[in-house]
This record gives sequence, C-alpha cells and structure tokens, in this order.
Amino acid sequence: MSGNDVHVEFAGVSKSYDGRTLVVRDLDLSVRTGEFVTLLGPSGSGKTTILMMLAGFQTPTGGEIRIGGRPIQNLPPRKRGIGMVFQNYALFPHMSVGANLAFPLEVRGMAAEERQARVGRALALVRLEELSDRRPGQLSGGQQQRVAIARALVFEPELVLMDEPLGALDRSLREEMQYEIRRIHRSLGVTIVYVTHDQQEAMVMSDRIAVLRDGVVEQIAPPEGLYEEPERAFVASFIGENNRLHGRVAGMVDRDVCEVETGGEMVRALKVAPCEVGDHVTLSIRPERVEINPEPGRYRNELRAEVEDLTFLGDHLRVRLAACAREDFIVKIPNVLGHGGLLEGDAVRIGWTASDCRALNHEGGDE
Amino acid sequence: MAGNPARRARLRALALVAPLLIFVGVTFVAPLATMLMRSVHDPVVADALPETLALLEGWDGDGLPAEAVYETAARELERSNEERTIGQVAGRVNRVQGGLRSVFTSTARELRDARLDTGAAQDTWRGTMTAIDSAWADPAPWHALRTAGERFTSRHYLNAVDMERLPDGAIGRQPEERRIYLRLFGRTMLVSGAITVLCLLLGYPIAHLIARAPPGRADLLLVLVLVPFWTSLLVRTTSWIVLLQTQGVINDVLVAIGLVGDDGRLAMVYNMTGTLIAMTHVLLPFMVLPLYSVMRGIPPQYMSAAASLGATPLQAFLRVYLPQSLPGVGAGALLVFILSIGFYITPALVGGSDGQLISNMIAYHMQTSLNWGLAGALGGILLVGVLVLYMVYDRLVGVERMGLS
Repeated sequence: MSGNDVHVEFAGVSKSYDGRTLVVRDLDLSVRTGEFVTLLGPSGSGKTTILMMLAGFQTPTGGEIRIGGRPIQNLPPRKRGIGMVFQNYALFPHMSVGANLAFPLEVRGMAAEERQARVGRALALVRLEELSDRRPGQLSGGQQQRVAIARALVFEPELVLMDEPLGALDRSLREEMQYEIRRIHRSLGVTIVYVTHDQQEAMVMSDRIAVLRDGVVEQIAPPEGLYEEPERAFVASFIGENNRLHGRVAGMVDRDVCEVETGGEMVRALKVAPCEVGDHVTLSIRPERVEINPEPGRYRNELRAEVEDLTFLGDHLRVRLAACAREDFIVKIPNVLGHGGLLEGDAVRIGWTASDCRALNHEGGDE
Repeated sequence: MAGNPARRARLRALALVAPLLIFVGVTFVAPLATMLMRSVHDPVVADALPETLALLEGWDGDGLPAEAVYETAARELERSNEERTIGQVAGRVNRVQGGLRSVFTSTARELRDARLDTGAAQDTWRGTMTAIDSAWADPAPWHALRTAGERFTSRHYLNAVDMERLPDGAIGRQPEERRIYLRLFGRTMLVSGAITVLCLLLGYPIAHLIARAPPGRADLLLVLVLVPFWTSLLVRTTSWIVLLQTQGVINDVLVAIGLVGDDGRLAMVYNMTGTLIAMTHVLLPFMVLPLYSVMRGIPPQYMSAAASLGATPLQAFLRVYLPQSLPGVGAGALLVFILSIGFYITPALVGGSDGQLISNMIAYHMQTSLNWGLAGALGGILLVGVLVLYMVYDRLVGVERMGLS
C-alpha cells in the first residue's frame, strides 16, 4: 500500500471529556481508500468518540486527524463532506423520504433536476424507489435504516461513517441489512468507518476490524486474523467463543511453543505474547478445535475430562466438560459427525494441537 | 348478575369524579351560562309592565299610543314604584335612550299624587302624565320602553359591536361618539398580538437554552422561569410600577447615567407601554413552558445530522429545528394570546387610560354601570373569539400536538 491510499489517519489522537480520564488514548489508525473498517468494542471503549471526532462533533484533546492527508480539526462538520448514519437514523420526521434525501443537495445549492435524479438513484440503490413520498414515521425500522443510508450517500461523499446503525433492528433484519450494507459498499467503493459492539456484525461486513478497549486499539486485523490469531486475551474472548485457561509457563519447547501448567495439567501452547518461564499467561482454545476421544496419540495435548452437560443446538452439540480443574470447558461438535453417544457423567479424553492453543498475556480479575 | 361488578365499578368511578363535576358545574358552567343568558335575556321591564307592553304591540309606532296604553302604563308604573322595581326599569330604558331615567322615576313617583289631585284640569291619563313630564307628549319614551321590554333581546350584542336597532327596526351603527367597543376589541387584539410576539421572541431562545442544558442546569433555569410564575400577580405588577414610574428605578438610572434629562423622564407606566411590558413579563412562562416541552422532545441528533449533511447552522435551524418546534410555538402563542385578550388586573393597574383592554370594560359594566347584559355580551364575544382561535389552531397544527401534557 502506498501512502496515497491512506484516506483517514489518526495520529496520536487522545480525547478526554473531563480533563482527567482519557476516553481515547494515543490512537494511531489508518483507513485506506475504499476500505470498510469497523471499530468494535464494548460500551465505554471509546469507539463512538472516535467516530464523533472524525465527523467533527467532538474535538480531540491531542493528536491529529487527517483526511486525504489534510488535517481537519478546524473544519466544521458540514465542510468535511462526510456521510453519516446515526444510531437512531435521525431522519427528519417533518419531511418526506424524498425531501430528506434532497436536503443535503438543497443546502449545497444543487439545481432541482439534478437533485431529483440523484435522489432517485440513491433510493434505487437501497431499493425504496416507491416510498419517496412517505414520511419516515410511516416506514418500518428496516426501511428507515435504508433511507438513512441513502441520505448519507446521496451527496456522494467519499467517506461514510456509521454509528451502530443496526442496533434498533431485530435480529433477522439486522442480518439482512449487514449484507445490504456490504453490497452497497462493494458497489460504490466508498470508504466506510463503522462502529458496533456486535462482533458478528463486524465479521460480516469489515475488511478490517479494530478491537477497542478502554480507548486503546487492542488489535486491528481482518476478521479471519482476529479469530484465528488473536494477539491479546481480550480480543480472543471478544471475537467468538473460547475457553480461557489461566496458567504459568513451565518450560519452553522451542521458539514458538511453550509448556504451560494449568489446573494440574501440562499443556503445550503457541507462544503469542512474549513470555518467560514462570510468567502467568492466559490460554485461549476455540471450542470447535477440541476433539473428544481422539485417536490415541494424535495430539500432544491430551487430557482427561468428564461430561457435565450436553446441549443440542441444531448445527452443533455443545458439550460442557470438567477439565483442567474447571467446570466450564466448552467443546462444540459439528452435527455432521454425530456425537458418539455421549452422556452426562461420561469420562472422556480431549485433545487439541499446540497451534490451536494460544498463550496470551495474562488477564487477571475477570475470572 | 354478570354485569354487576362492572356496573359497580362505573358507579364508584362516577362517585369519585362527582365532587369535581359538581365543582366545575357550580363554579364554571353555571356562572358562564348565567352571564351568557343575561346577555340575551332581560325580563325586568317585561315583568314590571306586562300589560303595557302587550298593548304597545298594537301600536304602529307613528304618533302617540292610544289612551288605553297611557292608562295601563300609569297603573303599572305606580305599582312598580310601590314594589321598588322602578329604579331598575328606568335604568334599562335609559340604556336604550339616554335621559329617560328621570322621566320614568319621577312619573312613577308623582302619578299617585296627580291622580288624587282631582282638581287637576287633565281628565285623561295622557294629560296627567304629560303634565308630570312633557316627554310623554313625544313617542320616544314609548319606543324606548318597547325596546327595553323585550324579554329576549339582541341589543346587548348589537351594543357590544357598536350597533343599534334604529326606530324603524333596521340595524345601524351607533352614533360616532358612542362607538367605543369595536375600537377596544381591536386594540385588545393588537395588544395581545404584540404581547404574543414579544413573548415568542423572548421565550424561544430561553426555552431552547433550557431544553439543551444538562439536566441539573436545566432544572435551575426552569425554576428561574417558574419563580415569577409562583409569585403573586399583584406583587409582580406593582413591582413594575416601582421600576417603571417617572420617579422609578429605571428612570433614575437613565437620569443618573445621563441618557435622559431630569425633566425628560420617560412615561413608561400608566399607558400602553406599561401594559405591554408588564403583561409580557407576566405571560412569559406560558410561552416558555410549552415551547420547552416540545423542544425537549427534539433529539439533538437532528441538528448533528443536518450539519453532517452540509447545512449551515442557520439552514439547520430554519429547515430542521424550527419546523419541529412549531407545535410548541402554536401552543405557547395560543395560550399567551388567549390569556392576554382576557387579562384584567395588569392593565387595570399599569394601563392608565390608554392601556385599558376589553376586560377592563367588562369589569366596569359588571361593577360600576351594573349593565350585566352588556358585560355578558362583551364576554360572550370574547369567548367565541377564543373558541374560533382554538379551532383554527386545531385545524392547522392539531391540539393533540400542543405538548402540554
């Protein structure tokens, strides 16, 4: 990627509302032109503040934000040319859908004919051509959402920000809209910065996801990267389900693999965080990477466990085991295999490869 | 039996609201109905001289009535004098045509003596009455009596709009010097309109400030708006006198800083200026509260959205904020306007002679001239005006959007 491709750049940006606590800490983040980047994090992680600083509704306490290489701190929101989709749509209730879409064009002094053509195109993009004369209050939540997206796009901004736009929709509609937004992004090639606390939403749409906690980016990577190769325990737990085992490094096997003692068992794990013998680490193992009763000798990590609880969930069977001195070790067995007649109380063996077990920085306190 | 519990619940509900219903009936509906009734119904004269009025039915209005009419009138006037109703009768006739009060009272008083005075030359009742007061030789008192004797009458309403029924029965305008009510209605509307505009100009920014302030500060500001609201109206109005009078605080300050000379002190009270200033102050909370209530319901996100879409702050205000605050503007303006056109105490205290409004005239007719029929008619016109305004508002904005709840 050459430097020209960077569309949005945060350089050492901090934000504090009260002058003491930092909501955003020393943020460095680049978004490439045409990229879909999601800021993912729990509430209070600073993701919305970052978006609001980019949109111009909040001023950074320190650092610089650049769009296309130009610092924008001193530009008011209306001059930034950024399309924005708000959490509750913020459609003007006293205007028809068509008037809502025409609004950004009117304030730019566009001629009526051109305006109509653009409004028509934007409505076609979100497939709502026939609802132009309705008031927002007469539309369903999903339709309002589409109108809000159309309004953010109608003046053809190069950068569009979305602040938890699907939060108010029910589950099935939310999924539908995720694919819809992805389709629009791909067909227009605009840069989108998207804020959500829903990891699945982030996975569906994003080119890259920045996982935030307490105002700091924990990791920024494509969805696969975050899931398969989390670098920090928080990321591992926030993206997808995982088993977290706390332990202490007992020895080094080679440059990449270490041996960790956890709950009285020795486990081989991939060394992700730099660690020395004696350090506390958190092991992260995805539930679907654990095999129950594997062929003997197949895995170096093979432990005894007891089935505590079975839950049938359609596409997979969820098995809760007592293992490594814990009673919440989860294993998912895909429904293609059947579950080998497991019963509660069965004693089983479980195994996994060292590369599927990642030794991460120790996360204390959230046991 | 199945319907019984529901029926009992209904009865209990009715019993609970009954005190309120009775209260409203006694203190609101009944007085209102009585006053409106009085404006069209006046039985005093008709009850005092029923036979005379019946005979006058047959009078063609040209020339003098027949002797029989004079005879009956004399009898009934005498009886009215004995029953001490003649004062009210004379007063009502006098309102129809000035100068007739003493004609009726003195005639009624002296008839008895005149009749006993058998030595008198007059052998007709017409002669007797004309001897007491020469006005009886003219048809005018009879016309006035016939008009005043109508049980149901439109003359109060005609009077209230500066009209009268001419002797030939047609409706025409009052003589120039008696036309006062239409001008007063006009002035009341004008002043109320001006007060409404002033309240809106002053109240809109305040309401917006309160609606956008963080909760703690909003409460404080709201209290500041409400404190005057909780203070006695009389205290607030008289405070304005202290501030505005010629030797008052404001004039003293203006003189002290040399803006006006000591002999050029401004007359800001006991005139229209005083009425405008004091009433705007008194009615301001009625503008601020509905505005605030509507504005609080407008999410600040709309303004952010407008800005992100490229609108300047002015465009965002005019196109997005103002239209959404209109129900509050309508409710506040309607409230202030309706309260202004019926306002009494403040103009009475600080209005002087040219700051008086229609309600002061109604009070005058209630308390001083005792012409309750006219007071009722003026009030009735005011009431209809308010109802029309309300309906116009309902048609334009919709009362349910007032945001008063």
